[in-house]
Amino acid sequence: MTQKLRRRDALKLASGALLATPMLGARRARAAGKYSPGATDTEIKIGQTMPYSGNASAYGANGRAHAAYFRMINEQGGINGRKINFISLDDGYSPPKTVELTRQLVERDQVLLLFAPLGTAPNVAIHKYMNQKKVPQLFVATGASQWGDPKHFPWTMGWQPDYHTEGHIYAKHILATIKDPKIAILRQNDDFGLDYYNGMIEGLGKDAGKLVALAATYEVTDATVDSQILQLKNSGANVFFNITTPKFAAQAIKKAAEIDWKPTQYLVNVAASIGAAIRPAGFDNAQGIITANYIKDITDATWATSPDFVAWKAWMAKYNPTANPLESANATAYSSAFTLVHVLRQCGDDLTRENVMRQAASLHDLEAPLLLPGIKLNTSPTDFFPIKSVQLARMEGDHWKLFGDLMTRTAV
Amino acid sequence: MAAVTNSWATRRGIGAVAIVFWLAMLALPLLGNVFPSESFDYYMFMGQSMMVYAIAVLGLNLLTGFNGQISLGHGAFFALGAYVTAILMTDGGWPYWATLPVVAILCFGAGFLFGFPALKLESHYLALATFTLAIAVPQLLKHKAISPWTGGVAGLVLDKPDAPFGLPLSPDQWLFYFCLIVAMVLFWAAFNLLRGRSGRAMMAIRDHGMAAGTMGIDTSLYKTITFGISALYTGLAGALSAITVAYVAPDSFALPLSIAFLVGLVVGGLSSLSGCIIGGIFLVLVQNWSQSLSDWMKATFDLRYDVPSWAIYGVLLLLLMYVMPTGVAGGVGRLYRFVAQKLAR
Repeated sequence: MTQKLRRRDALKLASGALLATPMLGARRARAAGKYSPGATDTEIKIGQTMPYSGNASAYGANGRAHAAYFRMINEQGGINGRKINFISLDDGYSPPKTVELTRQLVERDQVLLLFAPLGTAPNVAIHKYMNQKKVPQLFVATGASQWGDPKHFPWTMGWQPDYHTEGHIYAKHILATIKDPKIAILRQNDDFGLDYYNGMIEGLGKDAGKLVALAATYEVTDATVDSQILQLKNSGANVFFNITTPKFAAQAIKKAAEIDWKPTQYLVNVAASIGAAIRPAGFDNAQGIITANYIKDITDATWATSPDFVAWKAWMAKYNPTANPLESANATAYSSAFTLVHVLRQCGDDLTRENVMRQAASLHDLEAPLLLPGIKLNTSPTDFFPIKSVQLARMEGDHWKLFGDLMTRTAV
Repeated sequence: MAAVTNSWATRRGIGAVAIVFWLAMLALPLLGNVFPSESFDYYMFMGQSMMVYAIAVLGLNLLTGFNGQISLGHGAFFALGAYVTAILMTDGGWPYWATLPVVAILCFGAGFLFGFPALKLESHYLALATFTLAIAVPQLLKHKAISPWTGGVAGLVLDKPDAPFGLPLSPDQWLFYFCLIVAMVLFWAAFNLLRGRSGRAMMAIRDHGMAAGTMGIDTSLYKTITFGISALYTGLAGALSAITVAYVAPDSFALPLSIAFLVGLVVGGLSSLSGCIIGGIFLVLVQNWSQSLSDWMKATFDLRYDVPSWAIYGVLLLLLMYVMPTGVAGGVGRLYRFVAQKLAR
């Protein structure tokens, strides 16, 4: 190691001395930028961890779509003349691996920020570290309510609507539409599952204890959830609240149909991907399932002519042709990458980590592509929840059919 | 196995080499002040990991290399040490350094107790018995009954300590020194243990248990105590790992970790103290390198698919075993003797 260091630094010194004079000239010719590590006159280095392998690998589509979006931006000339260097690493949804890779990205690769690392447990694992290091952990790809805590964690910001609110909305819908509900809950045994669960319990109010017939859990490392579904059926419940990631969602829906259990099903938004969950489970088995959306269902013909959808379609064909076109992650990732590029454009030549957070916390009615009509991104130094609204939708045929009004965080 | 070298561990003159080595390690973090590099903290972190693994491999070496008992489950003791430290720091609010003695006592106890059933089992059977530890522990750590303390699957996040007494060191430089001091103490203790009566007894049991018994060595006592000491070392390594990584979760302690210790042990060299350090360095570097090599191959040859880094790791391991069948320490020793003979002629 000693040897490696010495050689490296010696090289650096030598090349630095050689280049010093002409470099000064070049720097001055450009707009004098202010930079944190990871940003230069020509490049912005962005890091990410993503489950490309393992049980949550369905989410890997997000990272590939992000990369494809940045490729498009780079071909169009980059952000204020700077190319994006996007380093997305596979953590297999395993928190210790996330910690290791994040350290690599921040300390060895010196990225400017971490963009949309995926998963609640992986993000929890690096939450403190990122804030100690003062490196933006921006637009994390998880909706746990803890990402909107600028007072204690000013370097972390979510993007999608938070799970707690979503759980709350389902609870209200159950109370309003189902007589004598007896609720069976299946949830992933981690912070992601708990956040939804708590939102639901809070929404059910003081009778929650009576209304919930049974709550079963599974580990993200489990092979199947078959036995849990059997237990839930035997509880005699007439409502099934499915808090899972896509692979397990598909298993649960399929198993419930197999054993002829027909409750009213609620499926959390993060698993409501047609490509990753519904189709594997079988469309017949999924009719009538209710979820909450904030992004346009890309399989719904309603949007076929809207300009953002047309642009997305063209982008998919040109930059992301190998992706599954039914996979909703391609839409979510497109929209969140748009948000990041917008923030970095706003930063201008001041690409410091402080300014990145400042710009991220001053979004005003930003219209990101593919969000449902009426949903706009708003943030402030005290509000780190960019998207606050969802609309309920029901599985009809082969797509989600929206119903009811937009419901926002403040309204519940 | 025995042929490899008892002498290599305890030969005269090796002390001088060891002193030079440790002094060099002491100077290493100061390089960061001479040649400032943005990534220096990361290299410090790699250094910490190397020492952590070196201590763990030393723990396994005491058991396997010097006492002839095979363990495939030392990841479990590593996990125990890490979790004890993490829980004491988060729930108990203990300072990081104060957790080490507790870890030492607990892990010694756990190892000592596990040593009793181990007495009944020889070689392969013992390997299989310890294997169960490696499989069971990650699952047990996720268990609901203890998740209020262990944090379940999500694990526990710790605070990274700053340098004490206002020393002008970055947290990673300080942690490097902290690990180094602990490693030096542990290696010194092992050195003294091995070159004394107890060490000779341990090795005698390994070479011929029955003969050792007839010479008046209490073989069961020595075997169980060795198991305890071995677990103590590995547990302390786990505690250091929790402190330096500032995070523990069940997935970190799965079966591959136990196997990694064994790989480090065999690569470094059985029954060799310096081999433990080589093993620790190997585990960190080669894993990093195989990933970089995979990336480099993909970029250079313009491949469409990733080159699996674990396959590269396997090939490297295979090559090493062919070139140096007795581990790096043994190989270097052989080379040294070979050159010395040539020169003497």
